[in-house]
Amino acid sequence: MTAAAEGSPAFGMTRARRNALLQSEPVQGFALISPTFLYALILLVLPILVVIAHSFWTQNYLTIDRTFTLENYRVALTEPIYRDLLWRSLYISLMVSFFTVVLAYPIAYFISFHGGRHKSLWLFLITIPFWTSYLLRVMSWKVILGYNGVLNSGLMGLGVIDEPSTALLYNSSAVIITLTHAWAAFAILPIFVSLEKVDRTLVEAATDLGDGPIRSFLRVTLPLSAPGVISAALIVMIPTVGDYVTPKLVGGKDGVMIANAIQAQFGKASNWPLGAALSVTTMLIVTLIAGATVLILRAAQRLAR
Amino acid sequence: MPERPRTERLQTERPMIEIKSVTRSYGAFKALDDASLTIKEGEFFSLLGPSGCGKTTLLRMIAGFDNPTSGSISVDGQSMEGIPANRRPTNMVFQSYAIFPHLNVEQNVAYGLKRLKLERAEEKRRVEEALAQVSLTGLGKRLATELSGGQRQRVALARALVMRPKVLLLDEPLSALDKKLREQMQVELRRLQQAVGITFVLVTHDQYEALAMSDRIAVMFGGRIAQIASPKEIYQRPVNRQVADFLGGMNFVKAEIVEENGASLVVDTLGFGRIKTDKPKAFIRNGGAATLGIRPERLRVLWDNATAKFEVAGKVVERHYFGEITHLIVEIPGLEKPLSVTETNDFGADDIPVGTSIRLAYDPEALVAMAD
Repeated sequence: MTAAAEGSPAFGMTRARRNALLQSEPVQGFALISPTFLYALILLVLPILVVIAHSFWTQNYLTIDRTFTLENYRVALTEPIYRDLLWRSLYISLMVSFFTVVLAYPIAYFISFHGGRHKSLWLFLITIPFWTSYLLRVMSWKVILGYNGVLNSGLMGLGVIDEPSTALLYNSSAVIITLTHAWAAFAILPIFVSLEKVDRTLVEAATDLGDGPIRSFLRVTLPLSAPGVISAALIVMIPTVGDYVTPKLVGGKDGVMIANAIQAQFGKASNWPLGAALSVTTMLIVTLIAGATVLILRAAQRLAR
Repeated sequence: MPERPRTERLQTERPMIEIKSVTRSYGAFKALDDASLTIKEGEFFSLLGPSGCGKTTLLRMIAGFDNPTSGSISVDGQSMEGIPANRRPTNMVFQSYAIFPHLNVEQNVAYGLKRLKLERAEEKRRVEEALAQVSLTGLGKRLATELSGGQRQRVALARALVMRPKVLLLDEPLSALDKKLREQMQVELRRLQQAVGITFVLVTHDQYEALAMSDRIAVMFGGRIAQIASPKEIYQRPVNRQVADFLGGMNFVKAEIVEENGASLVVDTLGFGRIKTDKPKAFIRNGGAATLGIRPERLRVLWDNATAKFEVAGKVVERHYFGEITHLIVEIPGLEKPLSVTETNDFGADDIPVGTSIRLAYDPEALVAMAD
């Protein structure tokens, strides 16, 4: 090899140049992300483009009319059924993210501040429910909330109610309860991480300056863990808007969400363009709400000072 | 006639902090072992010792972040037992400064005032006053993350001082600063303490820091207080070899006790001959042997034909140059260890060749007896 390099200096130079190119930071960076990038391009960006394109076309029985139209968006935004479904989806996802964060925060706080040497054990225990299938977990809520379910029999056994309540299952509250449970771990983890980053001396300093445990929490720990709370809320909110399995299984007719309608348009109703328009509308609204959430929470954080 | 320094007026004999046989154990390990001391009102008191000596444990117990296993702590005549940290008349400057990163300088300083529900103007006035005390006027709107180490330290100071505590606790406040800034802050801290007249309790492992700032120092080793005295006393008359060593260089000389009476000792040494010295207060006779110590700067090189009442002769075996001073290692016939001598360079000590025979002058009073 040395001989070859000595024999043809031109070759040696090209190789040197090529090595320099391979070692440059941007090239290495692109090389590192290229598998994921290609994956995202083929399976995420392209389908979204297809969906966006469809949303401007018209279904013509079995064929698709590819003339540009905004009719689908008119239907998606003005037709009461879709508007209601969209509102309900947003309401459910906001409630779910609110309850998930509120319930996850104390758990994350406990692990971070009182977990001692067993922090990883606690985190491990939290993931255990997620070893079973999502469907099984939803079904088990059916068992708990159902007409002859655990909750109803329990309440009847205690004499709180005389006959099984039908108010527990097949409505939007059932969807909220099930989703809140399903997403708990995804909220606990980001909050835990941000709490871990809170310097414990700062809490001591707050105490030293006269704050009791509650005040120092509200004035130091909570504002400093706000980034974790924001990401937890978003991590839960964004996917739950588009959930269709849970509403289908525990939602009944009052718990139907926008994703069920989208699924119907792409399936039984066979109106891809309308389904696409509903999808795009939902995506845009979720984006706007996510952005607004971040802004509102930041403002709240600033006010809390 | 110059005005008497304010500190003389502010420092009273009234005890501000009383620590009575305080012990803090973690299982079998005693972080603090039967410590007792009294800190006077308006005093600048330092807890000095190597890491793990219990000084920070003691400070945190005064602040209320830790509780004694046994013994009692009182501040301004009030027992601190059962009083949580947020209700104690003490404030702390943390080693890491613990500046709230989500607040700006003003909000940091006003943090503790918010609870007092002062009028807006009064709160602002006190914050401004505190910022002025630490020379940070005009930086109130800066975010904590935009400050230098020295500035953060000042914010931490202002935040504690604005509370007007009875006692200000400082946990190694200067250890994160570079040498020059540290020396400047030592002077400023001392000046500030004299101006505000608050009792300061400083924890440090830096003996120069303690010597430069304190009215009195408690030297601690392994959870026990070895000596409590003024900086000068601690430096010049350490009670034992450990304290002597920790405070700086010290030449130890073995001696034999010839005579012991009330306040003085007469000893025989091989290098220095017969010496009469003050007997330390807590002197415990250990057979006929004793240890004497003399600081390197208390030995003086005798030039040419100069003579002194007390002198020893020896030979220079090593020379170390330190800019303004030179360290000479001088072998003295009869002494098992050569003497270390510090000489300023204004007379040319840095030019004494190794191997030169020299004579050293000393004051027998500088030779102090101490426990081993």
